[in-house]
Amino acid sequence: MIEEQFSTGNSFVHSLDPRVKIIVAIFFSVVVAVSSNFASLLPALALSLFLIILGKLSFKKVLYRLLLVNRLILFLWLFLPFTYKGEALFKIGPLVGTAEGVLYASQITVKCNAILLAMIALLSTTSVFTLGHAMGQLCFPDKIIHLFLFTYRYIHVISQEYYRLINAMKMRGFIPRTNLHTYRSYAYLVGMLLVRSYDRAERIHKAMICRGFNGKYHTLSRFSVKMGDILYLSVMLAAILGLVILQWKAIA
Amino acid sequence: MHISEGVLSAPVLVTGAALAAAGISIGLKKMGYEKIPQVAVLSSAFFVASLIHVPIGPSSVHLVLNGINGLLLGWLCFPSILVALALQAILFQFGGITVLGINTVNMALPGVICYYLFSKLVNRDGGLLSLVAAFACGFLSVCFSGILVAISLVFTEQSFMSVAKLIILAHLPVMIIEGIITLFCVAFLKRVKPEVLGGIYGKGA
Repeated sequence: MIEEQFSTGNSFVHSLDPRVKIIVAIFFSVVVAVSSNFASLLPALALSLFLIILGKLSFKKVLYRLLLVNRLILFLWLFLPFTYKGEALFKIGPLVGTAEGVLYASQITVKCNAILLAMIALLSTTSVFTLGHAMGQLCFPDKIIHLFLFTYRYIHVISQEYYRLINAMKMRGFIPRTNLHTYRSYAYLVGMLLVRSYDRAERIHKAMICRGFNGKYHTLSRFSVKMGDILYLSVMLAAILGLVILQWKAIA
Repeated sequence: MHISEGVLSAPVLVTGAALAAAGISIGLKKMGYEKIPQVAVLSSAFFVASLIHVPIGPSSVHLVLNGINGLLLGWLCFPSILVALALQAILFQFGGITVLGINTVNMALPGVICYYLFSKLVNRDGGLLSLVAAFACGFLSVCFSGILVAISLVFTEQSFMSVAKLIILAHLPVMIIEGIITLFCVAFLKRVKPEVLGGIYGKGA
């Protein structure tokens, strides 16, 4: 159910300092998200494709991910060309598609996919635990980091619990259908998950107190900035600055 | 329910981020360090439960559960949902960095509202009223979320209006299922472990 498909590998991107990757990911997505012109969006898409290639990620898996996430975009394509006001481009029966609508929809598509590719190339190539520790060192609030790390840690435990419960249901002949019995069974399943996780939380909490937990979560991971990191960071920030300039020029 | 990256305009994103920051800081203030492991285990239970697909006719929907999350966690559902959404963005690329704020608000704010509206009613001893409240809690939390998603789309661009309307309509069956699931889930919890309900983690007790 939960696997980190892209987090292992031995490419240059995988060996980068996670803090560098987080910084680049944040700057890149913010700049691309507020851009509104193909002059900067197309280079952004090219840049994110380059990042994927640099990470030596399997194109098939990346494409599969993109397809899953693009469903909302597909949905927008069904509407935007017809609801956006502008010059008529084509007609399907009584519906009139506008050139501006098509342009706007394709802009959103490029934007969305550029950010998605960059996220896969930057964040998904790092293990979640490493990301958590790196965020901690980048001065994210302590409590959020603790909550993030603990939650990820227990997702695996709870999902095992979930599989045990669902297997037990299947063994008793449970077949999900559209009826009240199904919904009630699922509701009890959720309820049981909550009860078990509540009990588990109590045990974990007590065990942690026994081991002297006083709210501080110590980490053993130390990150060091290498020559490659500095090079990567400066090249990427320069490229992102380039995107900003392109966008600015296009507006002016 | 997630809005993807690149769809919303900058003002909407900034507003969402600011509101999320406010909600999260209230939530964090109410969550002491010693409570973090407990809130985290509950958050991961919600994360796993929201991956359950419930059949409806030929199709299926996945559970949202922000209503019951609000009932259990109160204001803490802001940090809880933030973390869940961040993990979904990293693991499955649903959502992303710039939409994290607005998505958190769209999901967590209805949870908090439902906590204030229904927590007392749900915790009353037995009776039809508490069951109705539980159903309303599940139904309305998804309904509010749908409306918030629609609002964020329409504020981005007027021509999203028909998409926004359709999104709310399409969520109608989800609302009903979510209501039914919340009703049974609350009934179950009241019988098995009543102390879980009522936003205990958020009360500082």
